[in-house]
Amino acid sequence: MYIYADNAATTKMSQRALDAMLPFFTDVFANPSSPHTPGQRAAEALWQAREAIAAVIGCSPREITFTSGGTEADNQALLSAAWNGAKIGKKHIVSTAFEHHAVLRVLDKLERQGFSVTLLQPDRDGLIAPMAVDQAIREDTCLVSVMTANNEIGTLQPIAEIGAICREKGVVFHTDAVQAAGHIPLDVQAQNIDMLSASAHKFHGPKGVGFLYVKRGVELHAVLEGGGQERGKRAGTENLPAVVGMAAALKESQEHIDKYREKLTIIRNRIIDGIKENVPHCALNGDRDKRLPNNINMCFEGIEGEPLLLLLDHAGIAASSGSACASGSHDASHVLRSLGLPEEVSRGSLRLTIGEEITDAQAAHIVQSVTEIVARLRSLSPVWHDCEIGKRPFFFD
Amino acid sequence: MALYNDVLMEHFLNPRNAGAMDAPDAVGEAGTDRCGDIMKLYLKVADGKITDVRCETYGCSVAIAAGSVTSELLKGRTLAEALALKNAQIAEVLGGLPEEKLHCSVLAEDAVKAAVNDYRRKYNGV
Ligand SMILES: Cc1ncc(COP(=O)(O)O)c(C=O)c1O
Ligand code: FES
Repeated sequence: MYIYADNAATTKMSQRALDAMLPFFTDVFANPSSPHTPGQRAAEALWQAREAIAAVIGCSPREITFTSGGTEADNQALLSAAWNGAKIGKKHIVSTAFEHHAVLRVLDKLERQGFSVTLLQPDRDGLIAPMAVDQAIREDTCLVSVMTANNEIGTLQPIAEIGAICREKGVVFHTDAVQAAGHIPLDVQAQNIDMLSASAHKFHGPKGVGFLYVKRGVELHAVLEGGGQERGKRAGTENLPAVVGMAAALKESQEHIDKYREKLTIIRNRIIDGIKENVPHCALNGDRDKRLPNNINMCFEGIEGEPLLLLLDHAGIAASSGSACASGSHDASHVLRSLGLPEEVSRGSLRLTIGEEITDAQAAHIVQSVTEIVARLRSLSPVWHDCEIGKRPFFFD
Repeated sequence: MALYNDVLMEHFLNPRNAGAMDAPDAVGEAGTDRCGDIMKLYLKVADGKITDVRCETYGCSVAIAAGSVTSELLKGRTLAEALALKNAQIAEVLGGLPEEKLHCSVLAEDAVKAAVNDYRRKYNGV
């Protein structure tokens, strides 16, 4: 039994999505831009995928642009809104300190190009207060970008409220919904969203494809120049099989969204409670309730995330940690730092993002393994030892 | 493909001489700025030779494995021999380490030096 609990990194393709894609490699392979019959069959499939996706998030198909994934959608959304702002002398952007790098790095670039950026810090529970957004908006603000769900700690932001504030103030509102799409219901109208990024591989679709919703009236600019695909806003022959797979996966996720949300929330809470009961001096990162149904992110005092991940892998569980260890540095991630956790505590972080197919037995195995492995690593740790003998204070009760 | 070779994984999964020691003759602690990891070595010494070693590690898997290897390499050595232990030797026993993981073996070398110096300070008054 190997348990894949790293669904925030990527998900397994759904069989239905895969089946939907296959004919588009061989039968319907023509270029949707071609006027001949096979080309027009492809164009029709492209349109149907656009319609299916638009129906799920509550917009018009013309407001959907296909991209190579979440990263590209984020880049294009931010750059477009910034360029629109610059044209009318508005060069201030409001976002948050715990966005994905696909947002933060673009904001860095815009800053170097003369934009000013306000990054809001989340509170200790990983939430952004709508009031804080309200206060950060200035006369020259052209864009607010706040993610729907954080990719590390899974916290769900009050998107509808933030959107309403932006509407009232006439500021474009973008949300990175890469972790949310297919997992929690989205409705761009009810939630007052002007731009939304999503990525298929986070909801059991193929990798390397995503979409950007842009409300009519907000001008979108091409980042990739070339042919006239996607109404001239995104050049390059469309990846039709991937787009079809994405649409099928999103539709399927939407059909099961309530059922899985309920199931996962129960199991998620059971895992959190189980670990907290068994393991002293640990804490859940991010609000317990306002979080993705599949996300568990915890810190364990006295140990590091990297050996924890390796031992979990050995116990048959794929997880992830909030610290970058591949580079040989154990710096806490910008997300955990934004919560105000001390560096040393956030180094012992663990992210489990469970899948819809998880069983009760698997959940129990996760709790059991985390309990044993944390105890084992602590028995090796001089830091833990010092805490136990009172030479160093514990951070968590 | 696994992240690390079998030898390294075996030491990481079953670290030798792991944990603290009661009434050690010397204790050495080393840290690394690079990643904030800490290794602590406890020694028992008789007639100038290391008779027992315990190792505590707060760090990555490679550091834990390096501590394990180091504890084995130290047993039976004289203090002078212990001081001569280089990180390259530890890395070699672990089947070689990638560039960005070499500092994990340096951490072990530094912990050995700290422990030997602790002993000399206590017993030789230097
Ligand atoms: C919140 C968030 N935004 C953007 C991305 C980037 O998406 P993609 O991998 O499709 O480029 C990710 C993926 O990790 C993400 O979690
Ligand atoms: S990464 Fe710092 S000791 Fe290994």
